[in-house]
Amino acid sequence: MYVNRHNTHILLGFEYHAPVSVTEAVKLLDEYSPDAKVLAGGTDLIVKMKDGSVRPKHVVNLKWVPGLSGIREKRDGVWIGALTKLRDIERSELVQKRLPVLREAVRVIGSVQIRNLATLGGNICNASPAADGPVALLALDAKAHIVGPSGEKTVGLDSFFTGPGRTILGQGEILTGVTVPRSAAGGYGCFLRVARVSMDIATISLAASAKLKDGTVEDCRLAWGTVAPTPMRTREVEEFLRGKKLDEKVISDAAELASKSIQPRERGRSSGPYKRRVAYGFTVEALTKIAESAGRNR
Amino acid sequence: MNIEITVNGVKRVFEVEPQTLLLNLIRDEMDLTGTKYGCGIGECGACTVLLDGDAVLACMVLAVDADDRRVDTIEGLAEGGKLHPIQEAYLDEGAVQCGYCTPGFIMATKALLDENPEPTEKEIREYLNGNICRCTGYVNIVKAVQSAATRMKGQG
Repeated sequence: MYVNRHNTHILLGFEYHAPVSVTEAVKLLDEYSPDAKVLAGGTDLIVKMKDGSVRPKHVVNLKWVPGLSGIREKRDGVWIGALTKLRDIERSELVQKRLPVLREAVRVIGSVQIRNLATLGGNICNASPAADGPVALLALDAKAHIVGPSGEKTVGLDSFFTGPGRTILGQGEILTGVTVPRSAAGGYGCFLRVARVSMDIATISLAASAKLKDGTVEDCRLAWGTVAPTPMRTREVEEFLRGKKLDEKVISDAAELASKSIQPRERGRSSGPYKRRVAYGFTVEALTKIAESAGRNR
Repeated sequence: MNIEITVNGVKRVFEVEPQTLLLNLIRDEMDLTGTKYGCGIGECGACTVLLDGDAVLACMVLAVDADDRRVDTIEGLAEGGKLHPIQEAYLDEGAVQCGYCTPGFIMATKALLDENPEPTEKEIREYLNGNICRCTGYVNIVKAVQSAATRMKGQG
């Protein structure tokens, strides 16, 4: 039987490693850096390897490392393993109940087939300014757990990204998971994005998360995608909102501030002025929704 | 490397290179050419197969990652020469034109109906948004999924 082996998207060869512990994975990555790449879900790496933009000599597959996936309520908050599939996050009752904004963000990523493969850690470590997962996690004040040759450390996700496609991960370091602290879990959330159709990458996105008491904002975070080289928070807006009641005036003032606080490129997939107008509209929409949800629950 | 995969219910052993994609293994080594190669970058869904029951894209999965797991392809649906209700529904509703996307659509439909036996039209369209059909315009595909759901319930 004739079979066409001239598949133009065939992968180049590489040396394959399938560590069975975090320690072993770190050792392999450290030893083969910078020629090694981490394979998690593969939905980004495999595409980049096919088009030749990434040509690793070594591929370290983390799928067989135990303890890197799962969603659990722990003492300090909700922990999500880096290898947890986006589809599992989308379907988790714990996430739906405690981190609704993350669920909203994750369920618009790619397709069911993609989400059955792609992992949260991959979505974070690819460090796309447009990635939906990290935007929601920033709004949830998430902490990133990193293990490397010199041990373990935990950093705020807001200091994890250093530029498009770049993170603070050093030689041999891997992201093992994230924790959403108790203080941020369980609030109201809203995720909004502009994208042409489903499956599209966001042109701009907003994740908002807030806790209210008697209609007054106790705590809130607004995180944005594709408005800067990395996902970013607009802390000026958060501070402005703290202690205020979400009435029409406060919401429109916050929106005005948000549209000034984002840092989009003037040109690109859409213009800076366009994104600033969307930022205004998104802030109004998100805060109005949050105020309505809080009103219903009073 | 040797891997063991349960393909459409039958355990088989394959010798693969680490860079072998599951899609290439299925088409070239298993000779199961129902699973199609479309875009190769995860956008079209033509290569959809079930891995331990979950719809995934065979063009983005390394064959080694299917080791010790179950892979179901379009060829595994018919039983004893009788088409699966989903296949019958696609035929009866005119949901097939050129047919290239059909195996992917049918496997995604299988995954959908396995987890949600009575999906609404909105749920169907949302679930199948990773599969692209350039012929039908999707209307008859949605009808086929609804019809398949009814047929499978009848068999329940």
